Amino acid sequence: MNNFMDHEQQPVLEAVHLHKEFPINQMKLGSRSASVHAVEDTTLALYPGRATALVGESGSGKTTVARMLARVYDPTSGEIRFRGNDVNYKKRGAALRDYRRHIQLVFQDPFSSLNPVHNVRYHLSRPLRVFGHAKNEREVTEQVIELLNKVSLTPAEQFITKYPHQLSGGQRQRVAIARALAARPEVVLADEPVSMLDVSIRLDILNLMERLKIEERLAFLFITHDIASARYFAEDILVMYAGQMVEGGLSDDVIQAPKHPYTQLLLSVAPDPQRVEQVMNEGANDAVPARGEIPSLIRPPQGCRFHPRCPHAMAICKEKVPGRTEVAPGHWTNCFLYDQSEADRKPASFIQADAIHNAKALQKEEAK
Amino acid sequence: MATALQPVTPEQQNPVAGITIVHNILKWLTSNWKMTTGTCILVFFILMAIFGPLLAHMSPTAFSNDLFQPPSAAHWLGTTSKGEDIFAQLVYGARISLLVGFIAAIGSTILQILFGLLSGYFGGLVDNILSFVINVFLILPGLPLGIAIASFAPNNIKGPILITILLTFTSWSYGARVLRAQTLSMRSRDFVESARSSGEWPLRIIFFEILPNIISVVASSFVGTFVYTIGADVAFEFLGLGNVSQSTWGTMLFWAQSQQAMLAGGWWWFIPPGVCVSLLCAGLAFLNNGIDEVANPRLRVESKRKLARRKKEVVA
Ligand SMILES: Nc1ncnc2c1ncn2[C@@H]1O[C@H](COP(=O)(O)OP(=O)(O)O)[C@@H](O)[C@H]1O
Ligand code: SF4
Ligand SMILES: [Mg+2]
Repeated sequence: MNNFMDHEQQPVLEAVHLHKEFPINQMKLGSRSASVHAVEDTTLALYPGRATALVGESGSGKTTVARMLARVYDPTSGEIRFRGNDVNYKKRGAALRDYRRHIQLVFQDPFSSLNPVHNVRYHLSRPLRVFGHAKNEREVTEQVIELLNKVSLTPAEQFITKYPHQLSGGQRQRVAIARALAARPEVVLADEPVSMLDVSIRLDILNLMERLKIEERLAFLFITHDIASARYFAEDILVMYAGQMVEGGLSDDVIQAPKHPYTQLLLSVAPDPQRVEQVMNEGANDAVPARGEIPSLIRPPQGCRFHPRCPHAMAICKEKVPGRTEVAPGHWTNCFLYDQSEADRKPASFIQADAIHNAKALQKEEAK
Repeated sequence: MATALQPVTPEQQNPVAGITIVHNILKWLTSNWKMTTGTCILVFFILMAIFGPLLAHMSPTAFSNDLFQPPSAAHWLGTTSKGEDIFAQLVYGARISLLVGFIAAIGSTILQILFGLLSGYFGGLVDNILSFVINVFLILPGLPLGIAIASFAPNNIKGPILITILLTFTSWSYGARVLRAQTLSMRSRDFVESARSSGEWPLRIIFFEILPNIISVVASSFVGTFVYTIGADVAFEFLGLGNVSQSTWGTMLFWAQSQQAMLAGGWWWFIPPGVCVSLLCAGLAFLNNGIDEVANPRLRVESKRKLARRKKEVVA
């Protein structure tokens, strides 16, 4: 599954130094306008037939990244490249519709992403019509049935007339995925597609997406707060914390040799990755790792945003933002512990052996 | 979910879809006792407007020799001082009064939907312009303005058409604001955003994704407007701004007033149209309240039994 051959391909969608700030209205006169620094300096690339997982706890900016890539809203700064060309944010209308034909979003909550007044056929027929894939009602019906079969909603003829309230969460999410496929996209941005679903059907949906990824050669961005399912589904993992990317690389590398203290923390509370299937069936840990939570993004901590929670925080961490350090081929992290240029770093060997141990001990302490 | 009109559930390939729809509408119209009451009253007046004239054996404008007679077997509701049959006037008048109120309310609702949904959905410059127009109409005092215009209008254009137009344009702005607010809250709903991100056309999102979900608000707004147009129509005509040679509920009151029916003790002349207007408006108000209750469950006064049952569920 993971070979470097895939990397030699051109990425189909890239994000380069994306930033997003949401201005917040302060009614007080005279106060300076504030904003939520939701995403800071995010760079990623998606390849055909390959999934990249974006992992981080709730509030870390994952949805914001997906929505910028789907062009629900524009980045404050930074570039989005589709097939190597910079996207012009000013061009809307036809250009935007053409972009959306190739990049589709699957929402987190299938209970709110389908319109209660429309049936399955209507939901799937619209992209077919808008993008001109179906010319008449007969073609629509044919293709809708084909799509329903593709997402294993069978017998398709029965589902075609169903309304959302007649479907289970898993079935709704399959409809949402089918709607994304109806546009015949190259990229699917799936925003926590299984987190709202019953644990017993999460694995089915992941397997469905896995199959589609291979059969349709889709480039997947798979957003999750559960690192175990990230490893199960995705070739690459990106870890995000408080709007910043903190670590990235091949899934196996990141899971087996996590470098950033936050990744280590995530893994220390995640169940054994060997037992992913069991976890998927029993329910993943939805709990947020110990030691505080995501800091305020209106006035985020200076320097490394993780420093208030980091067991290894050093003086420099509070002052400077750590740059990206390559720790192994294709595996990088933003942490001063690995930054050779910083004098007062701790020996890296100490971290690798002890960090998980420390984090686990800490976890136990807090549990008491 | 602000859907009162629950999605019609087609039992797989229903051969008689039309019957299902009628059945569903009837079911919806009788969702609670207020709506049932309102519907009954409304239906009564509609039947009266359609079939009443068949029962009247006189033209509403024909004179007879029975001048100013109280109700009798010959004239069920008595006669005017010129000998016109009041029952005939009442049932023929129901036609015009209902029709004027209904058409004005429909026109007004169309304006409300266009202004409210477009400004709420598009925001920005479109919203600024449309909101400005809404606000201008909002601060214009509708009824006095209508009276002023109608009183300057030459006699030959006075009548139902002028009144319909006046009522339409003086009644839409408040509802447009309500619908704009509803649309604003719908705009960022997941299903709207997912329609948008799957490439859907904006007008299609407005009229096919958002509108069906706020249809109960539209319905309630329509009924509220209908109350206003019926009442204001009668008020205009009572003040002599209608076509006084035509018989409607408003002109009946106008003539009763100008012939001093009240002083002469001719209660049968002004009470029937007065009761009709009040009863119809009350019925529509019931309907309006009932729809609001369905659309906004927080307004629902739950029966004690239901509350008790829910408590049990929480404990269990
Ligand atoms: N439209 C918005 N306006 C203001 N703040 C927002 C908006 N969307 C997201 N945020 C803020 O951005 C941060 C990241 O949110 P989000 O991307 O939803 O995180 P995640 O998906 O990882 O849970 C949160 O602090 C959230 O409150
Ligand atoms: S940069 Fe410093 S504070 Fe941030 S994760 Fe690394 S050691 Fe911890
Ligand atoms: Mg999210």
